[in-house]
Amino acid sequence: MSDKTHKTGKDQTKPAAEILGPGAVSMVLNVNGVSQSIDVEPRTTLAEALRTSLNLTGTKVACNHGACSACTVWLDDLPVAACSVLAIEVTSQKITTIEGLSETDHLHPVQKAFIEHDAVQCGFCTPGIVMSCAALLAHNPHPDAAEIEVAISGHLCRCGTYPHVIQAMLSLANKQEGNHE
Amino acid sequence: MNDNTPKHHERLSAGMAHLGLDQVTREISDSEPPALAPNADLNFIGRNTPRWDAVGKVTGAACYTVDVQLPGMLFAAVMRSPLPHARIRSLDLAPARNFLGVRAVVTVIEALSDGHAPAVRYVGQPIAAVAAETLAAAEAAIKLIKVEFDPLPFAIDIESAMRSDASTIYRQDEAAHIPVAGFPFVADLPLEGNVRGPSKREQGNVNDGFSSADFIVEETFFTQVQTHCCMEPHAIVADWREEGLDVWMSTQFTAGVRAQLAATFQLPLSRVRVRAQAIGGGFGSKSQLGQYGKIAVTLSRLSRAPVRLVYRRDEEQMDSGNRPSSQQHLRIGARRDGKLTAISLHAWGSAGIAQGAGVGDIAMALYACPNLKSLQFDVFTNTSPSTAMRGPGNTQGAFALEQSIDALAEKLSFDPLVLREVIDLSPVRREERRLGALKIGWAHRKTPGFDSGSIKHGLGMAQSLWMSNVQINSACEVRLWRDGKVEVLSSVQDIGTGIGTLLQQVVAEELGLQPDAIGVRIGDTEFPSGPPSYGSRTSASITPPARSAAWQIKNALLQSVASHWNLDPQQLKIQDGWVQSADTPPRRIPWKEAVRTLRTDRISAVASRSDDYAGFHSRNGDSAIALNDLGGVQFVAVTVDTQTGVIHIERVVAVHDCGRPINPLQIESQIHGGILMGISYALLEERIIDPHTGCMMNPNFIDYKFAGPSGLPKIDVMVLENYQGLSATDAYGVGEPANIATAAAIANAVYNAIGIRINTLPMTPARVLQALRDANKGPVDGIF
Repeated sequence: MSDKTHKTGKDQTKPAAEILGPGAVSMVLNVNGVSQSIDVEPRTTLAEALRTSLNLTGTKVACNHGACSACTVWLDDLPVAACSVLAIEVTSQKITTIEGLSETDHLHPVQKAFIEHDAVQCGFCTPGIVMSCAALLAHNPHPDAAEIEVAISGHLCRCGTYPHVIQAMLSLANKQEGNHE
Repeated sequence: MNDNTPKHHERLSAGMAHLGLDQVTREISDSEPPALAPNADLNFIGRNTPRWDAVGKVTGAACYTVDVQLPGMLFAAVMRSPLPHARIRSLDLAPARNFLGVRAVVTVIEALSDGHAPAVRYVGQPIAAVAAETLAAAEAAIKLIKVEFDPLPFAIDIESAMRSDASTIYRQDEAAHIPVAGFPFVADLPLEGNVRGPSKREQGNVNDGFSSADFIVEETFFTQVQTHCCMEPHAIVADWREEGLDVWMSTQFTAGVRAQLAATFQLPLSRVRVRAQAIGGGFGSKSQLGQYGKIAVTLSRLSRAPVRLVYRRDEEQMDSGNRPSSQQHLRIGARRDGKLTAISLHAWGSAGIAQGAGVGDIAMALYACPNLKSLQFDVFTNTSPSTAMRGPGNTQGAFALEQSIDALAEKLSFDPLVLREVIDLSPVRREERRLGALKIGWAHRKTPGFDSGSIKHGLGMAQSLWMSNVQINSACEVRLWRDGKVEVLSSVQDIGTGIGTLLQQVVAEELGLQPDAIGVRIGDTEFPSGPPSYGSRTSASITPPARSAAWQIKNALLQSVASHWNLDPQQLKIQDGWVQSADTPPRRIPWKEAVRTLRTDRISAVASRSDDYAGFHSRNGDSAIALNDLGGVQFVAVTVDTQTGVIHIERVVAVHDCGRPINPLQIESQIHGGILMGISYALLEERIIDPHTGCMMNPNFIDYKFAGPSGLPKIDVMVLENYQGLSATDAYGVGEPANIATAAAIANAVYNAIGIRINTLPMTPARVLQALRDANKGPVDGIF
């Protein structure tokens, strides 16, 4: 037996409302070309706001600390980890999620290539990787393997889809090259 | 199970397709479909049909458990032990119960009936749980729970737990209630201190074997704790209602969870429904209902509302399972000609507070040897319970065995491949070695430590062995609707392996339709019970009944068309979306018209997994082990930088077999995953526990490292078409064999590069540098 008793449990001197922090505030987010008003607490991350207030559950949260990039969305066309941005910070920016990447019933070329090359296994990290790959292609239509590797270097995939992701992207880079020649 | 049904003799393909096929004759039940042609003669099986659920996964539309939102859903949070070992003197839930928005509170830790105060045995062990209207309220409420602990001494590693003065984690009377980590597992072994076992296996006499050996190798190997790191955390939404229990769960086994829920909550199977649409990985950790499952269901029952429990990443890393650590002392004797005379293994592993930390049977089973002895012990430590993890046991075991075999080869002055020719009786692995060696350029392999510069190149290989599991309790339904639509239904779930695609391919092949015309409805226990997605058994278990059910549907449709035409159904066949007759002139009608001859709107056939045509090696309850084994051989090329200690994997060649490959591209994907997980295990991954507090120091994706997309090796995958004539599809699994050999192959390649064996995982730069220094081959002192 040890010397000392260990105790947990904060003494509840503060009222619950104070413990829980500031309540919901109204804000407008421009998501996939549509401005939408939501009420969320100031501490709400963009990922959480998208998933729970706007029901855009294609943005996945895997680590919630900016280490795996599963939650990647575009802020003004640049990929960012939506778990590491507060919703209230991005009210003046254009947000694009996986649901807004392509028109309904049409697949983005990256999505088609992922299917063709089986760059998908469990699929949980996939929307985020698709967003980073699509962002790369928008800036650089003919990336080489090294550029693709850099573009997806922040992503983690436990199923090990990386080789097929890179093959899918190389097929697009080469296809587009062919079209130009 | 088909013992009473009439049987006939059927000739089935056997052998490796690229070497030319033979035929075997098997006596099979008349209820089995006729022999399936080799892949070369088929339209869809053996082709790279796109993954059935890929569109939903690339567009974000796929629904995972974490995406399920129900009206009135509450959010659960778990209060966990801050101490590695303590008695709970008092527990006061009232402050949480009274907190704003809290709807239910439950004690998770069970008081013992014999008057002992409940104990917590690891940091992170659940003590109580709360369901509240918001997650923030639930998380705030658990911080208010008052617990008084009397701390106890603790041990977090095997060495300290085995000391004679170590405090014991379980009393003798608790031994029957020690949680089980998953297989390999042997029940009812003696407990002494913190050591349980041995689990024993013996054949011949190892003492005699070692006496007759010309050479003996003997070494101790250490492997670390690895965590699963599923991208979707463990997640459940439980909805306890009057009419029954409805559960959404990120699980590898919907039907198994249903059975566990029914038993735990004393409900009839028919009143429990478990659904898992998309599942974000499992790797063994989502095989069971688990404590978190029971917590969510209990909270739902108490609050009469749906309850969602999703682990945070730190909870996931700390307490959702892991691969046990191991210490393996392996001794192998051989004659001058390479023939093995004895293998003896003493292994200690820790699955934390759980039992089942064995290192598998690979050392006893992979090579021909008359004298074998294995003693395996569980050592309890104050760390979180392990679960099965991709190739449980054998992955740790292969690291020791395959390095020892290479060490033996060197002592005998044999090439590692030549020694394996002598001691490995499997013709399949022999062919895999031949193909892999050619592909990686084994002929150019140098002697160990050959390179003169600071960057050393090395080539290594290792072999995999996994039992070929089959779930007998596996059924599949095929439905045909009068509008021509076909559906395949089973509770089998797709954790990312692509089993739904295989069902499409098998049914499409039988019915002469395109795979994408087959609707897949799986991951729901309302459908016939499917197998688990673990043990590399899913394809072997569910594709044969899928084909049987499709064959029955085809026969029913042909019967219907035959009556319509007044013909014998034997004269009809289905091809490319048409039903046609063999008479002259042939009559033919398209599928859409053929199905209109059906008497009812929908016909249905359910088939279950029959025994393998040549029987099973053994069976145990719902599962059996087939006569074949699953294997694979992996070759690795590395460089080792002797200035920095960094090991770089340049190339991997993986040659595997899984019976009949149904979708080669999906198999390649899965093998990539096994290899990458193996590379991570070899070089990067390690759960780190603070010895002073028992806390996990890297419960996140920043400090716990696994392979990302940078600096990947070139990976070549070859999959044999290895027919055995064992079932209606002859397909077997590959997920685990793909992971078992990788770390061992890397270690052997590292030895070839630097001439030093690294016996401890992970092979970090620090370990490599230390090994180089110990051998006086390291960087000159003063550089660092």
